[in-house]
Amino acid sequence: MIEFITQHESMIYFITLSIFLGIELIANVPAILHTPLMSGANAISGIILVGAILIMNRIPSDDYVNLTLGFIAVFLGALNIAGGFFVTGRMLSMFSAKKKK
Amino acid sequence: MLVFIKVSYFAAMLAFVIGLKYLSSPSKAQKGNLISAIGMVLAVFATIIGSFYGEVVSLNLVLIFAAMILATILGKRMSDRVEMTAMPQLVSFFNAMGGGCALLLGILEAQQIGSAESNRLGEITLLSGMMIGTVAFSGSIVAYLKLAGKQKDKRSMAIAYSSKALLFAMVAIPLFSSIQWLSFNLLEEVIILGLISLVYGVIFVLPIGGADMPVVISLLNALTGVATALAGLIYGNLIMIAGGIFVGAAGILLTLMMCTAMNRSLWKVLAGKFKKSTGNAIEEEIEIQTTSIGETATKLAYAEKVAIIPGYGLAVAQAQHVCNQLEKLLEQNGTEVDYIIHPVAGRMPGHMNVLLAEADVQYHKLKEMDEVNDTMSDYDVALIIGANDVVNPAAELDEHSSIYGMPIIRAYNAKNSIVIKRGMSKGYAGVENKLFGYPNCFLLFGDAKNALGELINELKNLNQ
Repeated sequence: MIEFITQHESMIYFITLSIFLGIELIANVPAILHTPLMSGANAISGIILVGAILIMNRIPSDDYVNLTLGFIAVFLGALNIAGGFFVTGRMLSMFSAKKKK
Repeated sequence: MLVFIKVSYFAAMLAFVIGLKYLSSPSKAQKGNLISAIGMVLAVFATIIGSFYGEVVSLNLVLIFAAMILATILGKRMSDRVEMTAMPQLVSFFNAMGGGCALLLGILEAQQIGSAESNRLGEITLLSGMMIGTVAFSGSIVAYLKLAGKQKDKRSMAIAYSSKALLFAMVAIPLFSSIQWLSFNLLEEVIILGLISLVYGVIFVLPIGGADMPVVISLLNALTGVATALAGLIYGNLIMIAGGIFVGAAGILLTLMMCTAMNRSLWKVLAGKFKKSTGNAIEEEIEIQTTSIGETATKLAYAEKVAIIPGYGLAVAQAQHVCNQLEKLLEQNGTEVDYIIHPVAGRMPGHMNVLLAEADVQYHKLKEMDEVNDTMSDYDVALIIGANDVVNPAAELDEHSSIYGMPIIRAYNAKNSIVIKRGMSKGYAGVENKLFGYPNCFLLFGDAKNALGELINELKNLNQ
């Protein structure tokens, strides 16, 4: 146990602080922005695409079954990101467009 | 090259932090979205360059670019075409994509580690990430279908028991395999647990009521974040860990905020339970008073201050634009008009604000419930359009009612309240609205859009 903690000390710090930071960052969000915020956070969780790219790098170029799975994984991750940011942008543009009027 | 990747990842992490911070402030939200998106692009390209730099262009790289381009085009088209009322299900759909990605990563990664010497802790991390991602995937798909009206709530004892059994299996199988009571290899374990998680995600969301769907979407969104963070731990990839944890932590906080706004405990939502009204609930016959377009128009014409309280019914009838016209007309008349938005109006918190913004309603006219509740009696008319439970005084008065304790807009304190609704149907919570029995409350039956259109015509006639 002690060994595990000392081995992964900085990771444990990193994770703990990230959790608190994540909570703190959005703690004061007004209800108006709940939906865009949820959608924007959803887009950020698409960072899992990085994992899909890393694994694509390790699949042999003639392993077609796994290449297909990897292709789908990259596609899904990228759709999560692209769709998420575009739709959030569209929601937010409606707030600002009419503020100028 | 390594330095370049590290710097890019650090910049991307900063972009996510600043992006999320900006996304929670009305004036900077748009910038926040852009900053997060730039961070994302940076992280993705740094990963591609870092992984494939110096290699000959392989099929793998071509496939990555093909998938990303296709996904970007599709994502753009879907988000451009979606009706604003259908926004919540689209968010749920995109979230399912991230969950599906986590499932595939689990399958692929299990084959890679399968052969190598590996530690059980790493395998457990992989399995947990895969299971959480899979539940988010199938759960989000069901949530999407429900919000799109393609799937109804299903509740039965069989579902409740199998849901518990599956959850038990999801904990027990990895545990028993660890202590070698079960002898699956990692890939078998991934496939079995993946299938169980797929089914669990479905029956986890099936019994949850339509009104609780926003909470569930927010929770599933947080789960995708957690799955991402766990996948990141396997690769030792800091940007995945950071991004995943931010979304996971923020998502869980957002979920709890929504529960508070609806006065539901998270556990009750998850169990698909509705507080049953106890036998003692006061089920008296309510005598309602109806009114006509003409009378309503007259009341509006002579009012000095009008509150418009919109609900999802307004959005369903696509009446936001007509509603805005009515507001403009009243203002020309010298009437002061405010919109009062309940935190859970619409299908998601803040959804109503987006819908009204789409219809060009001015930002400063949108009042939050707490701002105006103490001064409700200043309003001559409270026009309630397609909202029901959020103005039901039973939430404050009848402690046997299933919505008792939920914060409401005190429309009953306005001098007059006029409710536009299609029929005597109950709201989401399925309880009688006590407001309808108040002496200052009048019901105007009709479709929101038609009724508002007729009101506008009538008001124009009165003005002439």
